[in-house]
Amino acid sequence: MTPDLIYGLTGIAVFAIGLVGALCAQDRLRRVLALKLCSVGAGFVLVVAAWRTPPADPDPVPHALVITGIVVMISATAVALALIRRLQTLEAEDDDG
Amino acid sequence: MPDLITFISAALIAAGAVFFIAGTVGLLRFPDTYCRLHALTKADGLGLALIALGIALTASSFGEVFRIALIWFFVAVASATGGHLIATHARRVDRAEGKEGS
Amino acid sequence: MTDAATLFDLLLAGSVIALAIASLTVRDMFAAIVLFVIFGLLSALAWVRLSAPDVALAEAAIGTGVTGALLLKTLHHLRYVTGKLGEGQARDLTPIATVPAGVIWANAAFCGMITLGLALAFLGAPQAGPGFDSLVAEAMPASGVDHPVTAVLLNFRAYDTLMEVVVLLAAVIAVWQIERGLSDAPAPALGEVWQGFARLTLPAIVVVGTYLLWKGSEAPGGAFQGGAVLAAVGLLLLLSRIYVPRPAHRGLARWAFVLGTGAFAGVALLVSGGGRVAFEYPAQHAYSLILLIEGLVTISIAVTLAALFHGREPVAAPAPEGRNDT
Repeated sequence: MTPDLIYGLTGIAVFAIGLVGALCAQDRLRRVLALKLCSVGAGFVLVVAAWRTPPADPDPVPHALVITGIVVMISATAVALALIRRLQTLEAEDDDG
Repeated sequence: MPDLITFISAALIAAGAVFFIAGTVGLLRFPDTYCRLHALTKADGLGLALIALGIALTASSFGEVFRIALIWFFVAVASATGGHLIATHARRVDRAEGKEGS
Repeated sequence: MTDAATLFDLLLAGSVIALAIASLTVRDMFAAIVLFVIFGLLSALAWVRLSAPDVALAEAAIGTGVTGALLLKTLHHLRYVTGKLGEGQARDLTPIATVPAGVIWANAAFCGMITLGLALAFLGAPQAGPGFDSLVAEAMPASGVDHPVTAVLLNFRAYDTLMEVVVLLAAVIAVWQIERGLSDAPAPALGEVWQGFARLTLPAIVVVGTYLLWKGSEAPGGAFQGGAVLAAVGLLLLLSRIYVPRPAHRGLARWAFVLGTGAFAGVALLVSGGGRVAFEYPAQHAYSLILLIEGLVTISIAVTLAALFHGREPVAAPAPEGRNDT
């Protein structure tokens, strides 16, 4: 049991949980949360791909990719959350009128 | 005396871990928000201090000790503030629901 | 010692998976977000175990810290600002039309198949094949910095990073457009203790953020981590109402949003002017150019993330618009 095996499988499990959540959740906010879980799972797999058996010098390219992914993910999350706020406001107005 | 220092540091970290466990048990077992906060902030504050002290003993330079002290300070301040905010909010919710006197 | 480390890895992996499941299944949405934040912090810890401190810092600061703040703000907005949700409804916040059980099971089976495929691919992949590490190590002396991840981000794969900054810019533009005319969220007054906390921690956060940026050329850290930490300054200022955004500040904010992208693209164009490829920095100026880009990008990231948290662009008279009079 090496760390890369353990965390690689963890990443795939987290991705799967996020995928199920994104498809099956009944709540918009929770779907965004599930997609975020997917991205962390993918990050796990990429970081594991960068791992080398003597843990001194991991491959920096996947690390840079994951950092890019994290920043892109927060941009997507922010837009999704703004859309949710907007949608809910519109629904509340519909209920009023 | 490196062995003695390692031993003391391990003992301090173990004691800190015990306080963390106590705090977690309190969080899970206590009945309401205020008691839980009490358990969490007190026990975890002490646990963190013990662990920080234990790690600081094995630090190799003064700079490391200073950084550990800074981490301890800011986590302690943040946890105190967080506890205060949670308690204030719980009180406001209780008031709104008409449960006076807690 | 290996056994203790493996035990720790297994415990950590188990907690990460359990937290992921819990954050999707727990009924209270607030609890779900808190569990998600803990999940993110433990993932960052796992990435430290995999000797990826840069990624761990980015995940802890951006993926967990700022994302958690965004989620909590949205939850607050959904519960108290749009306002029509009672405590009972609040548990099921934004329900979409109920999905039939058959569809859910079909989806789950589909996800299971994908996961199985991924797991087989992962287990069957060649272990520790040749990566890019030797190529990066070879090119490091020409990169102008001493930290491989920073070199990859700002030199070897600078196009990626440029696009990443553009995505962030696009996000803030989209959020300002979406939120136009939305009722403003009056942040709750957090009290004197919070004010004191903000005053005490603000200078420290500024120092830490700048340090992360500066240190990025030789050690884990850099523009994104530093920018996210500095964005926390913005969050503290906004939450403690030390700074209240005004319409007059919109121009300045727009300049700050564009600053990083502009500087990045400008340097690329400038470099490519002298018969070079874009991002082929002249060797003697590589360090200063990278630091210049990083510094300006950090400012952009910090302001953009804080603006994403604030959400709506500041408008002239929030009070009459905030009320939804019919």
